[in-house]
Amino acid sequence: MNAEVRPVIRPQSELVSGASAMKAVFARDLRVAFRQRQDLLNPLLFFVMVVTLFPLGVSPEVAFLREAGAGILWVAALLSVLLSLDHLFRHDFDDGTLEQLVLQPQPLFLLVLAKTLAHWVLTGLPLVLLAPVLGVMVHLEGSTIWVLCLTLLVGTPVLSLIGSIGAALTLGLRSAGVLLSLLIIPLYIPVLIFGTGTVAAAADGAAVGGYLALLGAFLVLALTLAPFAASAALRISLSNA
Amino acid sequence: MWQFFHKLGSPKWFFGIANRLMPWLLAAALLLLAAGLVWGLFFAPKDYLQGNSYRIIFIHVPSAFLAQSVYIMMAVAAVVTLVWRMKLADVFVKAVAPVGLLLTFLALFTGAVWGKPTWGTWWIWDARLTSMLILLFLYGGVIALDRSISDEKSAARAVAVLVLVGVVNIPIIKYSVEWWNTLHQPATFKLTEKPSMPAEMWVPLLLSVLGLYLLFGWLACLRMKTEILVREQRTRWVREYISAGRA
Repeated sequence: MNAEVRPVIRPQSELVSGASAMKAVFARDLRVAFRQRQDLLNPLLFFVMVVTLFPLGVSPEVAFLREAGAGILWVAALLSVLLSLDHLFRHDFDDGTLEQLVLQPQPLFLLVLAKTLAHWVLTGLPLVLLAPVLGVMVHLEGSTIWVLCLTLLVGTPVLSLIGSIGAALTLGLRSAGVLLSLLIIPLYIPVLIFGTGTVAAAADGAAVGGYLALLGAFLVLALTLAPFAASAALRISLSNA
Repeated sequence: MWQFFHKLGSPKWFFGIANRLMPWLLAAALLLLAAGLVWGLFFAPKDYLQGNSYRIIFIHVPSAFLAQSVYIMMAVAAVVTLVWRMKLADVFVKAVAPVGLLLTFLALFTGAVWGKPTWGTWWIWDARLTSMLILLFLYGGVIALDRSISDEKSAARAVAVLVLVGVVNIPIIKYSVEWWNTLHQPATFKLTEKPSMPAEMWVPLLLSVLGLYLLFGWLACLRMKTEILVREQRTRWVREYISAGRA
């Protein structure tokens, strides 16, 4: 295309770089979230309540809890991330911010990545910080608790990243919540397997480096691919609305 | 070449081809399936360990085989949908997803029936059973997403993204579940190795696998034709086709 014909909206020097656009989106999401504090608290409360159901529903015995504790915490964290995913794009979609983001000159996947990272800082990270307390409550042993926290630290960002694809696909649909779970739970299974597998290996006194490396590989893969899929899905959902 | 490519995207052209192809597909499918199943169920030798109960393999393996390859075919069609926006590709995905779901269910069901006499239990949380169950969930997700988006074009593209995300995950799911737990016997057919069973057993098995592939081809054509008629109901050729009483 001829350069003279192209409408120039802003001089090149005023264009914001991808990195600072990411920073701006990230900071904005945190700020918006801190003005709605209850929304931040809800996934955490849900996490604690789901964990509480297991001793009540299955068995409060120390032996059982020690055996199943890591799995219970992982499943509860997974569900709690899943429930919070609906918020990832919903508000911005409803008030039109999302459309503006799509129209930005910066690549959409960078902005989606920033939003997803903010989502993790707001939901995944608090879960990781809360996990040691719940780990003590399900009678996990000292060193196992730290391994559990480490797996959650590496694993919850993967949950947020994969989840962003589902959140983008179901944006603006009726009964998006249940549909989102249907689409995303199968994709969460490998993370769950290796997350709990690591803790089980640690409890048996085996080396956990290999497991953690695989979880790390999932994280790298999700970081690389998920924002692309999510931004493609966002464009589709927005063209549909 | 390009002309062929463009023709391939035309629902009307596909309709004509499918009409000519379908009787042959059906005949070949029924012939192969009948040969494979009759041979396998009545004439193939007994297994020295499992006796007659192993004969369900002639249904189990073909449906499991196809359940996986249908997903791969859907993924190829999904790429075509996203890259070239070819109408037929998303018609294909939409038409075959329920077939894939059904085949996966059939594989799981026959597996459970086979598991009872062989392992002494209907269900085991074994790697391959679990990964088939997850495949069933993936098919379910694809169908659910397709049904909940009312706009046809957006539905096609959203489903294509989901199918591709799923296909990236299938190997990961497969290997992670395999690490996690394994009891199932290894795959029956490998392209690189000689089958570990005698020819009287694997030849009928191969026949029924091929037969089911052809039957799937016939079914895919049939379902795609229906989908095309619904989508193109306002076009002239569909009206003429209907009023000629051929549909």
